[in-house]
Amino acid sequence: MSDIKYILGSFGDPDEMMHGIEKLQENGVSIYDVYTPMPIHGIEAKLGIKRSRIDIAAFCFGITGTCAAFALIYFCAVIDWKVNIGGKPSFALPDFIPIMFELTVLFCAFGMVLTYYASTHLFPGRAPRVMDLRATDDRFVIAVDAKDNAAHTVIDGLLKDAGALEVKYNERKYISYE
Amino acid sequence: MSGHNESILREPLITGDNITYAKITDDILGPVENKPNKAWWIGFIVSALGALLWVVAVSYTFWNGIGAWGLNKTVGWAWDITGFVWWVGIGHAGTLISAVLLLFRQNWRNSINRSAEAMTIFAVICAATYVVSHMGRPWLAYWVLPLPNQFGSLWVNFNSPLVWDMFAISTYFSVSLLFWYTGLLPDIATIRDRAVGTRRKIYSIFSFGWSGSVKTWQRFEAVSLILAGISTPLVLSVHTIVSMDFATSVIPGWHTTIFPPYFVAGAIFSGFAMVLTLLLVARKVLGLENYITMFHIESMNKIIILTGSIVGVAYLTEFFIAWYSGSEYEQYAFINRSTGPYWWSYWMMMTCNVISPQLLWFKKIRLSIKATWILSIVVNVGMWFERFVIIVTSLHRDYIPSSWAMFYPTWVDVSVFVGSIGLFFTLFLLFLRVLPSIAIAEVKLLLKSASEQAKMKQIKDGHENKEYVAEYVESLQKFDSVKQEDYAKI
Repeated sequence: MSDIKYILGSFGDPDEMMHGIEKLQENGVSIYDVYTPMPIHGIEAKLGIKRSRIDIAAFCFGITGTCAAFALIYFCAVIDWKVNIGGKPSFALPDFIPIMFELTVLFCAFGMVLTYYASTHLFPGRAPRVMDLRATDDRFVIAVDAKDNAAHTVIDGLLKDAGALEVKYNERKYISYE
Repeated sequence: MSGHNESILREPLITGDNITYAKITDDILGPVENKPNKAWWIGFIVSALGALLWVVAVSYTFWNGIGAWGLNKTVGWAWDITGFVWWVGIGHAGTLISAVLLLFRQNWRNSINRSAEAMTIFAVICAATYVVSHMGRPWLAYWVLPLPNQFGSLWVNFNSPLVWDMFAISTYFSVSLLFWYTGLLPDIATIRDRAVGTRRKIYSIFSFGWSGSVKTWQRFEAVSLILAGISTPLVLSVHTIVSMDFATSVIPGWHTTIFPPYFVAGAIFSGFAMVLTLLLVARKVLGLENYITMFHIESMNKIIILTGSIVGVAYLTEFFIAWYSGSEYEQYAFINRSTGPYWWSYWMMMTCNVISPQLLWFKKIRLSIKATWILSIVVNVGMWFERFVIIVTSLHRDYIPSSWAMFYPTWVDVSVFVGSIGLFFTLFLLFLRVLPSIAIAEVKLLLKSASEQAKMKQIKDGHENKEYVAEYVESLQKFDSVKQEDYAKI
């Protein structure tokens, strides 16, 4: 058994890469992940990745913000310390709306983005898990787990047929680790 | 994306031949990965001196109190709030470009959104410093927050637009920062993977370990879209609330319901003007003519005509309503604006904001870089005067003629304002050096569909309607970055 952990097909064109994914799948090769310098539309469907549910999280955070703002203002202005402003009612809902709106947006934005960072494991100082340094520049990289897919030469051939400019054999999973 | 061709009738968003994904990265990262040129250093030194002036003037204000400004008992709010509203307004274009144009699928935003958003953040920083420095006792700035009584105050007054404004501006700043930074992650990763040594380590920390895997991108796109969706009403709410600082008062000239839409249009107007002021220079100095094309410049000019006209209609409506209301105080406020001691500022505003943008109806002016650049500055001068007119001329003749007064700025007023411009440019120039000024990943999305070379290929394939091709080639004449001779033989 060799030390090869991952086989990388490095493409110069997103359409060729999509073609490569099809080719591999037709031949029963499982794809570990795909690394691209830009979002590729339609790739999720091909790889069978489920729809992101981050919108649900965003809604929940947003509604929390609305409620939090209402609760804060209601407590301060209606329950805790009523201020008599020309005898007007202290529970003045229209005046609450601007802050309720702002806090909805604030909670939604921060809640959603922090959820995104947490679920995708993004945080300051995290060691980048990069298999090919050009995947953030001009290469579209398909990574295949070498241990799960035995026939390396077949994979190599399929990738090259699809238009891969280069096929790499990584002995370490992430080359970015020192 | 790829896979289908874009209509030949649309102008290209990326020009130049032999543009590849690698070339896009190289072109955009040029200023980040190389030593700055002389133009950058000159700009930076001048701006940094301005920023230094700002530090001196603001420190002087903190030490001596706002008595250092030219305020008096009649005009208790002048250059500080003028500067604040001016800067917040300028900030609006960034969010408009990044959020509203994203929702409308205007792909031309892709190459200008990054620097416009950066501009938003720096403009809001300048605005926020005015808020803090005009408080008189800035060390008690936290009193605007709803804190419990033992801090020495009641709860803040939630019926006051000034409190709403605190929430609006802080939400706007932090959400814009979040939107901008999340969008920057893939581009910081690009710099990281090309860099070596310490530089790589630094960019590695700031890239948050971005990998560009399928799931990362999928969530990234969902997050961007939702952020755009919530930022769109946010950007409209911010200047609406800023206008309510005035509109909910009972000062003649301020107490009008037209203020929110009029302020929002004015904000977008001045914001786009500032984007043009910055990008026309940046495009030339950084050599980004292929990405920020004449089409982008023309599109922005069109938005300036639209919003400038809305502002013009608002000025006239205000004047009409003042007369039509039958309220003599309201009428006097407006007569005083246009013919009183500050008549020159009123007519300065009218000329710069209403008349000069109408010149952009002429194609020749709209497509001239020099004319556009000068007009963009004229617009921002006009927008500064608009706020000055609204604020100072409404205040300086109040209820008792014996207390009527004039406002004269002191050197501190002037220095805080000039200094804030210095601060803004210092931050912007530093941004150009350390971060990509164009969203690399988003521009790469356009390469296979909306670039000149993709369209050239479409034409050469010969399946396109001849009339369409002729129209397309004609539309290319305005581009300064297109080689016209390439099309001569087609």
